[in-house]
Amino acid sequence: MTHSIYLYIFVAAAVSCLIRVLPLTLIRGKIKNQFIRSFLYYVPYVTLAVMTFPAIISAPQVPLAGILALIAGIAAAWKGMNMMGIAALCCAVVFVCEMAAGYMM
Amino acid sequence: MNRNRNAFINGIRDGIPIALGYFSVAFSLGIVAKKAGLDPLQGFLSSLLNHASAGEYAEFTVIMANAPYLEMAFVILVTNIRYMLMSCALSQKFDPGTSHIHRLLVGFGITDEIFGISIGRSGPLNPYYNYGAMAIALPSWSAGTAIGIVAGNILPASVVSALSVALYGMFIAIIIPASRANRTVGGVVIASFFVSFAVSKISLFDRMSDSMKISLLTVIIAGIAAFFFPTKDDGDDDEDREHTSNSGIDPSKEVM
Repeated sequence: MTHSIYLYIFVAAAVSCLIRVLPLTLIRGKIKNQFIRSFLYYVPYVTLAVMTFPAIISAPQVPLAGILALIAGIAAAWKGMNMMGIAALCCAVVFVCEMAAGYMM
Repeated sequence: MNRNRNAFINGIRDGIPIALGYFSVAFSLGIVAKKAGLDPLQGFLSSLLNHASAGEYAEFTVIMANAPYLEMAFVILVTNIRYMLMSCALSQKFDPGTSHIHRLLVGFGITDEIFGISIGRSGPLNPYYNYGAMAIALPSWSAGTAIGIVAGNILPASVVSALSVALYGMFIAIIIPASRANRTVGGVVIASFFVSFAVSKISLFDRMSDSMKISLLTVIIAGIAAFFFPTKDDGDDDEDREHTSNSGIDPSKEVM
């Protein structure tokens, strides 16, 4: 059986939309429970950290380039560089490392 | 009225770096979409409606496999479950009287980065701030995907490889300033790195999809952190958040 790509897109969009919208519309007012409040406070940082590492190592062709990009990104973020600057820096590090690796091989 | 306009403009301003980053990431996503057989219009639509990097990557994998629609629903539910957590977290930033339509639209626009910048705003969240960020970031994401489908093949592998870390750079820009401002967050971030790395090495978890691991680890680690390090009362809490976002995306420090 072949499936319609448009229908696939529709199903994916409908599910993502429900996931995003339901809690915001259903939870009105402040959650009083201290545990849940703390949990929701930590969620974004944990999710982003888990998504970043170790995936950043396996994303480029040369794993060492990913490690160096991670270190450079953390250092720049610590120094207060803005979001786009950090993203560009990480890309540049990978590009230069892979160029260098290409020459050495 | 004026306040809403200001919030909208601030949203656009903070959305610009996000939009630029999105464009390059979406471009590489477009390369995957093309492999799955999507034309540029379909890629544009998918990105406009779904706008999630991991979620769309999974979506294209399902399309490639010609799997049942039910599987698509399940895969998207699992890969995007973190948005449900983010939506819960955002509900706490809203003024309780915020109308349904604002909640609906802000909810629709949740992405990792838009969530990141809106959670960093001090005080209750003005929906128009999110609309500003969405107005510039989402079209850029969608256009990037479509252009990636058209032109993905003309980029050399080295450029695609370099672009592949752009997204992680943006994540680092959110978590590191927060870690610097709040030691507990820093500890939680380091612990997350370690656990995530360990799980990727343990063969027991090999059969679990990456997105499933992300959701599971988030619930477990954030749960443990909340149990042992409950956040302080409202005032302190918001102050911390303000620091975190400002150092991350302060436009006055623009270097580009």
